[in-house]
Amino acid sequence: MSGRIVVAGASMAGLRAAEQLRAAGWTGAITLVGDEPHMPYNRPPLSKEVLAGKAPFESLAFRPRASVADVEWRLGRTAVAARLDERTVQLDGGEALAYDGLVVATGMRPRRLRCPGPLAGRHTVRTLADAQGLREALTRPGARVVVVGAGFIGCEVAATAVGLDVAEVIVVDPLPLPMVGPLGELLARALLKRHEERGVQFRLGTGVQGFEGDRTVTGVVLDDGSVVPADVVVESVGSIANTEWLDGNGLDLTDGVLTDELLRVGGRPEVGAVGDVARFPNARYDGVPRRVEHWSIPTDTAKQAAKALVAHLVGGGETEPAPFAPLPTFWSDQHDFRLQSFGAPALGLADVRILDGDADGDVLAGYHTGGRLVGVVALGGPGVASAAARYRAELLKQPALTA
Amino acid sequence: MKVVVDMTKCQDHGQCVFAAPDVFQLDTDGHLTYVSDPDDALRDEVEEAADVCPLQAIRIED
Repeated sequence: MSGRIVVAGASMAGLRAAEQLRAAGWTGAITLVGDEPHMPYNRPPLSKEVLAGKAPFESLAFRPRASVADVEWRLGRTAVAARLDERTVQLDGGEALAYDGLVVATGMRPRRLRCPGPLAGRHTVRTLADAQGLREALTRPGARVVVVGAGFIGCEVAATAVGLDVAEVIVVDPLPLPMVGPLGELLARALLKRHEERGVQFRLGTGVQGFEGDRTVTGVVLDDGSVVPADVVVESVGSIANTEWLDGNGLDLTDGVLTDELLRVGGRPEVGAVGDVARFPNARYDGVPRRVEHWSIPTDTAKQAAKALVAHLVGGGETEPAPFAPLPTFWSDQHDFRLQSFGAPALGLADVRILDGDADGDVLAGYHTGGRLVGVVALGGPGVASAAARYRAELLKQPALTA
Repeated sequence: MKVVVDMTKCQDHGQCVFAAPDVFQLDTDGHLTYVSDPDDALRDEVEEAADVCPLQAIRIED
């Protein structure tokens, strides 16, 4: 088989795409382009074990399948432009790669706060370099830490930081409760209590107006003008899709790369998107295209995208693939407890019921739409996570929600 | 096929159990047990289990 598939992005989604292209029968060339100098590695430990100093890089690196031993890795290189009509991708430095098939796997980068103040002392957590830099700052004795943003990463970083030798950890968020978007009020309140009991402080219901300090941050200015002293600031305020390199091709890039149910981009059968940059419809729910930043999504999307792409390039895709309907799942380890979710709790925030336990201890919450269970979230120890898993089969069996 | 799970990494997420229930199980305490020499016919599901392990603790040898 001749021809080349270029995979733009060499993180988990890029690796899974390459492996699934092979699994789908592609024996031609594959080139992966990734802007980090590292081979693909697992990111969830960056906000936990890596910050705690418990996981060296070798323990994070994925073990690529033998089937991709012959692919070409262009690491430390960035895709800066693409001409989809001409089937080329431009790399930094001017080189252009011609392709027969293209997989978009360029992922996300952290959103940064734009308010005034010095940049030094302000951290994000996306890459290994980020995590190593933050660990260095957190391990200076007596550091005063402010985490801006009480989402997944903010809560995990705060939990890890209080376990280190820091003076204090304060989480700031404009919303009234941590992780209230994905969890809803009942579990978010229970989560807040657990964090506070373990020494994390919160300033909720306020945004950040700016940063104090000459060259390095010394404080965080809140909306009411009060200043929280800080030596280390972590910005965990969401992420931005890396799609600028696709500009000028007439694609819908309003929030990631819009795809169809086969993960194809812009009506082009030779271009697919995978991972958290892909905004795809999920047949399990309402068919509305959404980006999903869960760890399971690169693997799920790579399978579907690779089948469609290889079927187009080599033929033989006579049978229509099954509708793409991955069951979402996420987890988050914080302190000595875990959040474990199956399904789409965010679609059932208006009707949350305790299925097991109680909010002060291990608790399992069910999220409902029109009286129907659409997601579960467990908060606590291994027992309640297993209880959540028992609802997984029920969630899988549910017929599709219609819009 | 030989399956090795790095039990120092495993944190009992149980994703492997969903992917390959014939090979991986959680015992009554919620801890992982597994068949280390499953039939080769199960390769696809064991590969899937290795992919979905959040700790990337599952290795397939040969």
